[in-house]
Amino acid sequence: MLKHRLIPNVILNNGNVVQSINFKHTNVIGNAITAIDFFNSWAVDEILLLDVSRHTGYRQKFHKILEGLSKRCFVPLTVGGWIKNVDEIQDFLKQGADKVCINTEAVRNPDFIKESSRIFGSQCITISIDVKINESNQYEVFIDRGKEKTGLDPIQWAKQIENLGGGEILLTSIDRDGTLKGYDLNLIKMVAMNVKIPVIAFGGVGEWKHLVDGIKIGMADAVSAANIFHFTEHSTNNAKEYMVKAGLNVRKPTFYKIPMPRKPKYNEIY
Amino acid sequence: MISVIDYGMGNVRSISNAFELLGEMVSITNDKKVITDSEAIVLPGVGAFEDGINNLQKMNLIELLKELVFDKKKPYLGICLGLEFLAERSYENGIHNGFGWLKGEVVKIKPENQSLKVPHMGWDDTRVIIETDLMRGLEKPIFYYLHSFYFKVAEVDKKCITSLCNYGGVEITSSIKKDNIYAVQFHPEKSQTTGIQLIKNFLEDVRK
Repeated sequence: MLKHRLIPNVILNNGNVVQSINFKHTNVIGNAITAIDFFNSWAVDEILLLDVSRHTGYRQKFHKILEGLSKRCFVPLTVGGWIKNVDEIQDFLKQGADKVCINTEAVRNPDFIKESSRIFGSQCITISIDVKINESNQYEVFIDRGKEKTGLDPIQWAKQIENLGGGEILLTSIDRDGTLKGYDLNLIKMVAMNVKIPVIAFGGVGEWKHLVDGIKIGMADAVSAANIFHFTEHSTNNAKEYMVKAGLNVRKPTFYKIPMPRKPKYNEIY
Repeated sequence: MISVIDYGMGNVRSISNAFELLGEMVSITNDKKVITDSEAIVLPGVGAFEDGINNLQKMNLIELLKELVFDKKKPYLGICLGLEFLAERSYENGIHNGFGWLKGEVVKIKPENQSLKVPHMGWDDTRVIIETDLMRGLEKPIFYYLHSFYFKVAEVDKKCITSLCNYGGVEITSSIKKDNIYAVQFHPEKSQTTGIQLIKNFLEDVRK
């Protein structure tokens, strides 16, 4: 039976792993090599790597970092942040991404979803939807890392994404991001029930129970979190154990021993 | 040296990373001479069938692969699209011809259970049919799958199926072996230690 997935989200700002709170990135947590190494041996099912830097001069470096990280990553790696064209998707795949995650450009140019899924296959194209409750107390899709309103309703947009060939939806509540209050289960359930493609819940996990709620109540196919996984030993493995105990169909937690290649020096990939 | 065929759409780096982890020399290439001189061929695939086949055709690689696999008996490992290409044809976005090395067609996954989602994405239990070959030493393996179509192998070639995955009543062909042709629908390069073991098995077979 297909397993529910646990996906840590590694958010990179100018190459540093950062904490995200309502889409503001303040605390630097550390470097990505360490994060990827730990997650790889702590029972995760996939890793999400998002570049949130606004500094365009840094982009080339992000590509280089990806190349260094992918050598040490033996679970699927989804890469996202500011993707605007097919050429860059190809570059990412060449550097070690297995899937890509698209947000802003998908709203600005929905045909991009069609084009990229036709070329790379739907299964390679994850579309990220960032949602905030607007002033009229309605869910609304935001782009440009939460800065720009779109007027789109998340359910309608999710359906359109499915029709255009998107293979999966990463659904984030901006309001919950970094709050430790748990997922916006209402939002997640509404979207998950209305599309036939997998939905990953993200934003707000403060305890392992929230992950279980995301699947049991929110009906998400996969659950993701960022901040919470960075601060405790064996974090994702413990989260997995909790999910197993809660009766979820997941891959059993084990400490995976992979004889990793030599750890690169920080400045070799940064 | 192992050649990983670069035809513009695979997750080529992930594959070569996995082989390199096992100490192999890997060349990501579409150069005919390099491919011809290599010990084994890996054809990865993340992408749509049509573009994949067209790209291979444009690079004149299909004939070469056929010659190397059938005349020179070079080991071939197809991953994901690399398995689907073995079919006679695919119904992904129209009808497109595959290599036709095995009988059967690539069709959309339509789970009987309507609540199951497509793409079939994530880790799934894989039922081993033939324990030798790639599945050696793998008990109840769980692999990472990522696809919307699958190879429905025709009756005459069903004996080549070495493992299956049941997704909502659909029996997905997970792996195939026919002489020196090996292929898997899932992604061993992304299936952690289980996947690495499978790649090790492939290399051992190649060198037997």
